[in-house]
Amino acid sequence: MIISIASGKGGTGKTTVAASMASVLNCSVYIDCDVEEPNGHLMLKPEFKNEETVYKLLPKIDYNKCNLCGRCVDVCEFNALINIKFEIVIIEELCHSCGACSYFCPGKAITEVEKEIGVVRSGMFNGNSFFFDGLLRVGEVSAVPLIKKVKEKTSTKNITIIDSPPGTSCSMVETVKDSDYCVLVTESSPFGLSDLKLAVGVLKTINIPFGVIINKYSENFPDTEKYLKEENIRLLLKIPFDREIAENYSKGILPVELSEKLKEEFLSVLNEIRVEVESTGINAG
Amino acid sequence: MPGNNYKQIVFLSGKGGTGKTTMAFAVSSLIKDKVLIDCDVDAANLYLLVDPVSQREYQFSGGKKAFIQKEKCNECGLCETLCRFGAIKNFTVDFLNCEGCGFCARACPSEAILFEKNISGSYFDCRLDDKTGFYYARLFPGEGNSGKLVSEIKKKAKESINGSVKYVFIDGPPGIGCPVNASIAETDFVVLVTEPSLSGVHDLKRLIQLLQRFNLKFGVIINKHDLNPGLTSEIELYLQNEKLPLLGKYPFDKRIAESIKKKIPVTEINKEYKIVSENVLNRLENYLAESKKQKLMEQ
Repeated sequence: MIISIASGKGGTGKTTVAASMASVLNCSVYIDCDVEEPNGHLMLKPEFKNEETVYKLLPKIDYNKCNLCGRCVDVCEFNALINIKFEIVIIEELCHSCGACSYFCPGKAITEVEKEIGVVRSGMFNGNSFFFDGLLRVGEVSAVPLIKKVKEKTSTKNITIIDSPPGTSCSMVETVKDSDYCVLVTESSPFGLSDLKLAVGVLKTINIPFGVIINKYSENFPDTEKYLKEENIRLLLKIPFDREIAENYSKGILPVELSEKLKEEFLSVLNEIRVEVESTGINAG
Repeated sequence: MPGNNYKQIVFLSGKGGTGKTTMAFAVSSLIKDKVLIDCDVDAANLYLLVDPVSQREYQFSGGKKAFIQKEKCNECGLCETLCRFGAIKNFTVDFLNCEGCGFCARACPSEAILFEKNISGSYFDCRLDDKTGFYYARLFPGEGNSGKLVSEIKKKAKESINGSVKYVFIDGPPGIGCPVNASIAETDFVVLVTEPSLSGVHDLKRLIQLLQRFNLKFGVIINKHDLNPGLTSEIELYLQNEKLPLLGKYPFDKRIAESIKKKIPVTEINKEYKIVSENVLNRLENYLAESKKQKLMEQ
């Protein structure tokens, strides 16, 4: 079973929730897909065992064969190739590695070479649980190819918890799209609610069952619960707005490490999710 | 063009939820002649605080998408073989996976694939009640190319800037990827909002690496500094050693959520916030004046 943890807004507590879930389970798999700013390792403190370099493909032009016809420039939808009369310039950041330029080159002058975009790190935590994260190279702009690579670590046997990047665009969708269930983490504030609605929009579009955890919960902001009730969205858990939790988070200590009650609550949320996933039979894929 | 009399200030954080929007609103509310741009196009929030009185909507196209016309398709399967993004299955394009490269449409031997512009979001040109220009955007769920949308909204904002505008304040997106890169283009100063948590610091350092690659001037705000005084001193020491300016420190205050709800700057709820924000603005002005002097000397 794959459970992804997402939120429109950043800093609502995705990593706290994802790491808490992964740590209360025995033999779980935790995957951090927030490759721009991965933080899960700070909470779960895995012992890193391995690091794989991830590459993207870039065109390389053999000027013995190139006659500067400009076909490659014409077929590149991303303006990554520019014909400056005596040379074809490649703007690496704009290249999406689609392969069209080399395919259409009439002189077969273009080959594709690998360029490093980041690494996938792997390790163990809590004795028998698996940890994976992706770390995008600083300066690299496109996270999706690396997210795809980290996601390959998803396990079919164990419960896999995937930590998503914030937002609602391509990186978030790439992360959550094959999940059996998605947990949206929001916070008791108008910002949290506004971004929760956007994230709900994404999950409805791509048809993934989901529920909501309200973190930094405050009774002074009842709007979130009202919205969930109106939309008939399952509220999985409320985690109180508590200075102590914030202080411990800052030190890399998960709230479930200090509260037996919260640990039980997370286990029962996980159980609830399992029941829902099994009953809808979406688990088949 | 009277143009470049204004300074462009971007608020960034790497990690989400450290207080970019709150700080951008607090500091910018101390100044009159300004333009505000929310560049967090995935999850815009600033509009919840500033209450625009009017707005004009523009459509945004991030790129094109492929569409297979069943009646022309002879099911040869070439498109599926060529597509690197796994977007074609059973002679149908999955829009979510389609990268918009057009490879399939160009290669299709029976010209069965349409490749057309796709509307992937919109952006809004707004005015606040004191005529301040305010710009924000909304990317449709799951769309990519947010960097292009950021560039487009910034371009739109700049078209409207007149000589009296002194500052363009930009509320930036989280992360270090494409929309962040588009946000910091042509910027004069970056305000980094961090918090004393392991993840806040981790993300701050990655963002600093990025800014240093572009040789950008920046300063740091430590938000919620009293949550972890030990780590706050560590950040301060790090900034000192690296000779990076600390702009100000804000305390943790649960009432921030309330100030958002009431749409008032936090500076009006918490006196200390007001003092710190004024100091931040002063320091900001000093750094900008200094770098102007430096530039003149270099010439």
